[in-house]
Amino acid sequence: MVAPRKNRDQPWLMRTYSGHSSARASNALYRTNLAKGQTGLSVAFDLPTQTGYDADSPLARGEVGKVGVPISHIEDMDQLFDQIPLDQMNTSMTINATAAWLLSLYIGLAQRRGIDPKKLSGTTQNDIIKEYLSRGTYIYPPGPSMRLIADTINYTIRHVPKWNPTNVCSYHLQEAGATPVQELAYALCTAMAVLDRVKASGEVPPEEFPQVVERISFFVNAGIRFIEECCKLRAFGEMWDELTLSRYQVEDPKLRRFRYGVQVNSLGLTEAQPENNVQRIVLEMLAVALSKRARARAIQLPAWNEAMGLPRPWDQQWALRMQQVMAFETDLLEYEDILDGSPVIAAKVSELIAGARREIDNVEAQGGIIAAIESGYIKRELVGSHMSRLRAIESGELKIIGVNCFQETAESPLTMGSDGAIMKSDPAAERQQIERLQEHRRQRNDADVRAALQGLSDTAKSGDNIMPSSIRCALAGVTTGEWGDSLRAVFGEFRPPTGVDIAIDSREVLGRKDQVTELRERVGRTGNALGRPLKILVGKPGLDGHSNGAEQVAVKARDVGFEVVYDGIRLTPQQIAQAAQEEGVHVVGLSILSGSHMELVGSVLQELRARDLAGLPVVAGGIIPPADAERLMALGVRAIYTPKDFSLNAIMGDIVDVVRESNGLERLGLLS
Amino acid sequence: MTNLGLPDPEQLAARILRGERAAVASGLNLLDNRLPAARGRAVRLLACLSGERWLSAGHLIGVTGPPGAGKSSLVSAMIREWRLAGTTVGVLAVDPSSRPELGGGALLGDRIRIKTPAQDDGLFIRSLANRNQLGGVAGEVWPMSWLMLACFDIVVIETVGVGQTEIDIAEIGDTVCYVAQPASGDTIQYLKSGIIEIPDIFAVNKADLGAAARKTANEIGRSAPRQDRREGWDYPVCLLSATMQTGIKEFHAHFDRHRRFLVAAGLLARQRSQHQSAWVLRLLKEEFGTFGLELLGGRAAIEKRLGEYRSSQFEEYERMREHILSRLLSVNQPTLSP
Ligand code: B12
Ligand SMILES: Nc1nc2c(ncn2[C@@H]2O[C@H](COP(=O)(O)OP(=O)(O)OP(=O)(O)O)[C@@H](O)[C@H]2O)c(=O)[nH]1
Ligand SMILES: [Mg+2]
Repeated sequence: MVAPRKNRDQPWLMRTYSGHSSARASNALYRTNLAKGQTGLSVAFDLPTQTGYDADSPLARGEVGKVGVPISHIEDMDQLFDQIPLDQMNTSMTINATAAWLLSLYIGLAQRRGIDPKKLSGTTQNDIIKEYLSRGTYIYPPGPSMRLIADTINYTIRHVPKWNPTNVCSYHLQEAGATPVQELAYALCTAMAVLDRVKASGEVPPEEFPQVVERISFFVNAGIRFIEECCKLRAFGEMWDELTLSRYQVEDPKLRRFRYGVQVNSLGLTEAQPENNVQRIVLEMLAVALSKRARARAIQLPAWNEAMGLPRPWDQQWALRMQQVMAFETDLLEYEDILDGSPVIAAKVSELIAGARREIDNVEAQGGIIAAIESGYIKRELVGSHMSRLRAIESGELKIIGVNCFQETAESPLTMGSDGAIMKSDPAAERQQIERLQEHRRQRNDADVRAALQGLSDTAKSGDNIMPSSIRCALAGVTTGEWGDSLRAVFGEFRPPTGVDIAIDSREVLGRKDQVTELRERVGRTGNALGRPLKILVGKPGLDGHSNGAEQVAVKARDVGFEVVYDGIRLTPQQIAQAAQEEGVHVVGLSILSGSHMELVGSVLQELRARDLAGLPVVAGGIIPPADAERLMALGVRAIYTPKDFSLNAIMGDIVDVVRESNGLERLGLLS
Repeated sequence: MTNLGLPDPEQLAARILRGERAAVASGLNLLDNRLPAARGRAVRLLACLSGERWLSAGHLIGVTGPPGAGKSSLVSAMIREWRLAGTTVGVLAVDPSSRPELGGGALLGDRIRIKTPAQDDGLFIRSLANRNQLGGVAGEVWPMSWLMLACFDIVVIETVGVGQTEIDIAEIGDTVCYVAQPASGDTIQYLKSGIIEIPDIFAVNKADLGAAARKTANEIGRSAPRQDRREGWDYPVCLLSATMQTGIKEFHAHFDRHRRFLVAAGLLARQRSQHQSAWVLRLLKEEFGTFGLELLGGRAAIEKRLGEYRSSQFEEYERMREHILSRLLSVNQPTLSP
């Protein structure tokens, strides 16, 4: 056997994105993960924390501690990092609209523990632009959001110099369907918008601006087409190098390096034959590890059961081991860049760069990324790309093993356990968090809190940097909801365009044309029988930001002849029931991927009953484990669809039948 | 057999007049329903709701303009003002349908822009597809807006985004507002094309864009008065921003002022009557062509007959429709095609 070479490269930072139930439970998880050889922390927050609500807000109902850890105030932060030395840890926080706040809590905690903030290292994701396009945890309009990003950058440059204040994200764009060219173009447009904003703020003297540029890091995606993806990363590096030189005059090449962390593609991970996801994940990791010149600084991998629900500690351990095998067993880290000099790779890189340049010019011509978000242009492009992908899967043109081909399978021992092979967050977590929060409110000094909040609101209005007053709030015991609400009062709130209004005739109706024709006939015929065209409401209740499914259902429903009402994400059950009533729809389709389907679907049904709409059929889709699907059907839901149901045509056919059945018409059955 | 569960029109009317939301919703569903059984009931429903008050009550407002000009955003801003004053509002928002050969479906996207606080019993929004009918509205808008007038103080109709080639939308409201897009040639061409009667109020939205918006407002200001159609109304041109919430109050005040002007000039009732006739003619023509109108003795004869039903012409419209239908069935088919 050959022994590994001695002078290997340092491996990347290995992380596991995690957090659930409570600060205490998550802290325990982090400490075991660190013991297993993980080298940094990656904190997942729950949706109320990400959208600036306290655990006891009515909007937080059912969401507290579900998909991440709830952090309502500095005591929670303290518990989350119990026995973890902040000055030695590299902490990545996936936090955006409330990034300035969570960073303030972290800095406040360091100060309280007597640690110099200059020693803190880590990352706040803090790319609010992509929240409007994909991730969905926005709060304020684009203008104030840009300001919050700029404020955290300006502050950390001075006071927390080892911090990466923002991570420009293309990861989420690919998860919303973006092509490699779109990923390159929109991420670079975002980076430019951020840097331009910081520059315009005038807080950083010109000679220090290259340091700001150096602090901008990226969070990217890597899909299963790993050669193209590897080329995409090389393209990113080249384009960033050029852009930072030409646009921002950064002379030192070291400061122009494209630094990025990665989470590999999860959109393509399947519910059917989930064990195949392991191969997918490893291949995707190759894209960001293979080429030394374009290698990731930090990697986190999803787990094999990604499309089923949240991963258990064992599932996450498996994902971590994939990285460790790649880094420590293979000879990957022993070579210089193995792709340098390959004409095939170079040609592909050039092609991607050319495409991305065209799209960047296009966006700039529209007034930049913010204008292109407000007009709905970029969102429509993403919805269009995702639509093309799904229709290619539907037609079989794009093969997904175990989904649209090779569906035969032996029973999997992996999914047989009594826990449904997924992690369940603690059902008592919400109640406990609320009690803890209310106790905290009783303990703190009200006068301090009031003064700190007044200071926050004053700075929000004056335009001064938001960080110092936020840190004062953190130390005074202000809560996440109070911080969020104070700024809501000054900045207002924002709902971005949904992008589903893509023109039907501007793109070919890919997929099974014959089925679409048949569906149009069925929808038309059923509408005629009922006296008016079929109308569907696609609803996203709760704080869940996963819009892909709802968007594609809405677009497909329109294409087969439905009149479609879709008002975007984050609506309350009341708003959805009220819209169903006012709009006079024939069917309500709910999409929930956040795991809060039991609470939310129940509430919607109740709200409908309160409006004389008990007979209105409701269907639901998303990440819904089989046992819950049964319970929902028992509550009166007419049909449940999960990622296994990859054919949107088949889903549409079934919905038409649900409508027919509830109006006394006979079912038409499967499409031919 | 279907259980369509068509409501009893008389009972429904009583509930609608009491402002019950569920009744308003099912009334609108009924007016949208094309089954013969439903049409009969729709006629009865509107008959119960109508009366002389239809010539005087409430305020019917039409908002039109090019796609993306900010119609919904402005409607939203106005709703906030009205609701603060305790005025109730019904909205009919129309969006385009895809062509019939592409399935005829529609994405109804105005609602998201017309922001609503979670629970507000004084606001009711119904989105409609234009179902490939000509013009910026759907035929259903006429009866639906009249139903809404029975229970809301103000009824706003937002048309689809219209270009210069769209036909007359003037009959949709007592007061018509045109929302202009800054720095687009559309507006001026639209005015010059003379296809429409001039709107009563102009809004140049997106004033936050600066010079472009001011320039458009000036251009409109210069061309609007030349086409004056009414003595005593000044055709205001407002420069405002729905996003920045500037200029909204002044803009908003023009609507009430315009209504008062109509009443004082004795125009409100007359105009509403005329608009109804225009609707009837338009719907008949769209469904049956000029040939259909001929079967009823031609345009002038129809207008004369409608003139006898000042307050609600819907019933007469249905009678005329049925008449044409029965005539069509008895006509010798081959002579129909030229
Ligand atoms: C893409 C994705 C994202 C994207 C979302 C982009 C977007 N705009 O939608 C991004 C990267 C932003 C994202 C973020 C997060 N995600 Co995510 N995400 C996914 C992923 C990989 C795919 C979901 C998807 O879009 N699939 C494609 C669409 C087309 O499929 P679908 O929605 O399932 O729809 C199909 C059916 O379900 C059905 N259907 C769905 N809805 C409806 C509605 C109707 C009416 C009908 C008829 C049918 C129907 O029809 C569709 C056709 O097949 C899933 C895992 C997976 N592979 O499924 C995790 C997953 C849903 N995410 C998860 C989590 C936790 C998050 C975060 C909350 C993490 C965090 N703590 O911050 C964040 C925050 C998001 C937020 N604001 O809520 C968890 C949810 C856990 C749970 N339910 O218990 C999952 C399951 C991953 C995991 N195992 O941990 N995510
Ligand atoms: N800058 C600026 N943008 C605005 C303003 N008002 C609306 N917008 C933006 O213009 C776009 C269109 O706004 P809508 O209110 O949906 O316009 P609309 O005329 O109703 O559009 P359609 O119904 O699709 O024809 C959105 O992106 C709004 O955010 C404004 O005052 N200033
Ligand atoms: Mg609109």
